[in-house]
Amino acid sequence: MDYTFHWRPVWKRLPELIEAGLLTMEVAVLAMLLGIVLGMMLAFIRMSGRRELTWFATTWIETARNTPALLQLFFFGFGLGAFGVHLSPYVIVLCALSFNNAGYLAETFRGGFQAVPDTQVRAARSLGMTWGQTYSRIIIPQVLKIVYHPMTNQMVWSVLMSSLGMLVGFRELSGETQFAASQTFRVFEFFAITAVIYYVIVKLILGGSFLIHWKFFRKGEG
Amino acid sequence: MIEINNVSKSFGSLEVLKGIDLKVEKGEVLSVIGASGSGKSTLLYCINALEPIQGGEIRVDGIDVHGAKTDVNKLRRHIGMVFQQWNSFPHMTTLENVALAPRIVLGKTKAEAREIAARQLDHVGLGDKLDTYPTNMSGGQQQRLAIARALAMEPDYMLFDEVTSALDPELVGEVLDTLKMLSEEGMTMILVTHEIPFARDVSDRVAFFRQGVIEEIGPPSQVIGDPTSEHTKQFLSNVR
Repeated sequence: MDYTFHWRPVWKRLPELIEAGLLTMEVAVLAMLLGIVLGMMLAFIRMSGRRELTWFATTWIETARNTPALLQLFFFGFGLGAFGVHLSPYVIVLCALSFNNAGYLAETFRGGFQAVPDTQVRAARSLGMTWGQTYSRIIIPQVLKIVYHPMTNQMVWSVLMSSLGMLVGFRELSGETQFAASQTFRVFEFFAITAVIYYVIVKLILGGSFLIHWKFFRKGEG
Repeated sequence: MIEINNVSKSFGSLEVLKGIDLKVEKGEVLSVIGASGSGKSTLLYCINALEPIQGGEIRVDGIDVHGAKTDVNKLRRHIGMVFQQWNSFPHMTTLENVALAPRIVLGKTKAEAREIAARQLDHVGLGDKLDTYPTNMSGGQQQRLAIARALAMEPDYMLFDEVTSALDPELVGEVLDTLKMLSEEGMTMILVTHEIPFARDVSDRVAFFRQGVIEEIGPPSQVIGDPTSEHTKQFLSNVR
């Protein structure tokens, strides 16, 4: 092997990389929160059985799940750009990730809703609770518990997929790494360290996820 | 008073209630017996508007249950219901299960709601289970929890839909004892049940449902003790 490793340029840029890593986390978490809200709405629309609305939800879900995430990202970047809608790289990535998360989560949620017996709705309504109270107090908490682990997977996926952002000029962790590597030509070294940073981010998220689960969902386990 | 006038109800082309007329006075205990599919449970669901009806009307204290302007959420505060599947809320403790509706439906304070819940749970013999999660309790205990949860709304009427049918045989007694206690306290109740001796013991009247109509209704000594209809006789001899 005639390649000599030079790590010094990487250490010099480490603060920038860590900062970019925080940006990655930020956009991924925001896209996850938006994905949960939108995915819940899509799941409700789909379950409503109203045809004038379900086609919209179905199209969204099918597109998000059955086309490459990269193309979804390009749609929000170059696709909308062709129609004169120019978004910042940050917003492009946020929109694409949220779109994708919502599509996957909608199906996860739908499965979760089906796993909660209908009779829970009847029991709550028979106590005089409104539809909104029934869902917010009784049904959704149970659904979230059922789908918690698939949701954690989606969160991890959201972090990793945000790396595509560099292709629309977003300087998150991968974009920043690419930029630094192109200036110093230490491509392998930079991406090796970046891989470690991604690994740490994912482990942090899994740790956070474990704590949230412990705080909210450990109760009532048989 | 619950007044049921010529009520009909269908699921698609299947007619499950065919012109039911029935009055239940305040303080009365009515048991409804009959084969599966005779429409007994459906009638309970119609009384608190969990199911729509296709004809006739149901009035509870004069309020038209299925009227377009009726606020069903408000109406249901007066009508407690307990189901065959007890439907405890698994993500809440026993106390929270019971305290939730008084707080968010009746607008009681948290402290008031907890006090009501603790009292009702004590009432059904679960005073030592306040912080237990339902998944750690037996079916009979969960069913008594469901009864306490309904009672916490201080309803004027209680509807019981085959509340012992899904229980292991050795747990039936504790739930029947709770029902008996309520009847002795003067609660107005409609009980759909397969427990014929129990129905005979606690009811003021018994109605025998057959294929969506009331075949026979009267005091238990008559309907169960000395039925006039051949169908009633047949049913009773089959379940005994």
